[in-house]
Amino acid sequence: MALYSKTLYFLMGDRGLLLEFGDEISREINEKVRRMALAIQAEILEGIIETVPTYRSLLIIYDPTVLPIEGLKKRLELIEEGLQQTPLPEPNLIHIPVVYGGIYGPDLEGVAKYHQISPEEVIRLHCGKPYLIYMIGFMPGFPYMGELPQALVTPRLKTPRLIVPKGSVAIAQRQTGIYSMESPGGWQLLGRTPVELFYPEKDPPALLQMGDFVQFYPVTEKEFENWSK
Amino acid sequence: MEQVEAFEVIEPGILTTFQDLGRHGFSQVGVPPSGASDTFSLRVGNLLVGNREGGSGLEITLMGLKIKALREVVIAITGGDLSPVLNGEPLEMWRTHLLVEGDIIHFKKVRTGCRAYFTVAGGFAVPKIMGSSSTYLSGKFGGFEGRALRRGDVLHAFDIPSPLNKLGLRFPSDWLPFWEKEEVLLRVIPGPQDHHFTEKGFQTFCSSSYRVTPQSDRMGVRLEGPKIERRSDVEESIISEGMISGAIQVPGDGKPIIILTELVTGGYTKIATIISTDLQKVAQLKPGDHVRFNPVSIEEAHLLLREQEERLREFKENFQKR
Repeated sequence: MALYSKTLYFLMGDRGLLLEFGDEISREINEKVRRMALAIQAEILEGIIETVPTYRSLLIIYDPTVLPIEGLKKRLELIEEGLQQTPLPEPNLIHIPVVYGGIYGPDLEGVAKYHQISPEEVIRLHCGKPYLIYMIGFMPGFPYMGELPQALVTPRLKTPRLIVPKGSVAIAQRQTGIYSMESPGGWQLLGRTPVELFYPEKDPPALLQMGDFVQFYPVTEKEFENWSK
Repeated sequence: MEQVEAFEVIEPGILTTFQDLGRHGFSQVGVPPSGASDTFSLRVGNLLVGNREGGSGLEITLMGLKIKALREVVIAITGGDLSPVLNGEPLEMWRTHLLVEGDIIHFKKVRTGCRAYFTVAGGFAVPKIMGSSSTYLSGKFGGFEGRALRRGDVLHAFDIPSPLNKLGLRFPSDWLPFWEKEEVLLRVIPGPQDHHFTEKGFQTFCSSSYRVTPQSDRMGVRLEGPKIERRSDVEESIISEGMISGAIQVPGDGKPIIILTELVTGGYTKIATIISTDLQKVAQLKPGDHVRFNPVSIEEAHLLLREQEERLREFKENFQKR
């Protein structure tokens, strides 16, 4: 089924409208989400408070006292009709250094064992290609990226950790991500990056954006420790 | 405008943070809105002291905050009744008061609700991060150094002449928010994933009483009660999607969680969403309270919202004439 021939509209209360474009994680659906979010932002519709693009849907938070829902739906349908004309910006490719294994990536050995390959092979595969950022969510600056090579597809931890250190580079199912802040979490930790992904006081505040690509590369513990100096 | 030292925190209480109406437009980089859980009470508090309604106020949770005025200020306290006293004497809520240097306000214990709002004429001087002064607790930024207030913190306000003409002004008592005592009724709009539950499950959701558990915080109100049955042919989780305050998640254990303002995306199914005008009731729920859900149409929800906004506009206009 993948991309729906007709976008589904769901109410999310009296000031949320959820547009669902498909039923799976795919580049085609995600690109439509992104295109739609950009087209809506370009219109500067009065009464739109927030647009939340995710894997396969777009949540629009609006003020119904300014923008009645029927008018909003009509606008959105028109925007969707003209969507092919919305240009997508050239994606950025961001290189992210990672120190793999040891205290930085406590699950590297376990992931290697799970797939019956060496830890070096896990690193080589994880750094083997750039990953698309499908969305930023969960916490400020956290990129949800994919897809991992089939040989790295690993389930989440059975028991999530109460504390995952900031900068942890992790995998879960077909996704890979970076914990931009310390938090609880259930993804398998392969390594850690010294790069800051989120600075609340800068504009823009996040290093990575939906639609960009990330290429990981391995660094030594010493390079990691000296990174900010 | 010049900033002056206005208050000193003697005791911070359980949880006191600076909040405004939220940080909007940054969900695409994973930043949730934060902001007052009960925006209605914060807006009225700001209007009473002559501020713009989105100004920054203190959100006081349950009990314990004790603050000392360091100069003459005009203040108002709105929201849940946490038994505020001024130098030991009960202080009327939903109206303006003049404090002089050395006055001490203490929130002693919960009478009704969970969160009170404290506003000062001229407004608290709190740095804005991404357009808002709201404290985002798990992100550790915004508000007062990204954290809850601590003993000894000194709070600054903008220096304006005390608006003495506004003293004693009350918010009309028949417009005050109403919370049912025994069981709080929350109106909801079904969806977006109501179809992931069986008919029996949706019936359970609408006809049962749920109790607020102590594991509730600014991220969400966790409820205990009859398990909501899910259809066997759908998965427990969905592909992560955007979140809105008032969304009611039902994770695998079948116990609902009402999301407040500190979550930006989520992968649990949402059976329904609280209507805007009832969010203030959700913000005032405390552990042990009971709730019941009642589905309404979006037309009814929008009508109620327009009525509320009309009342606030009327209050604002009458107030500015004084």
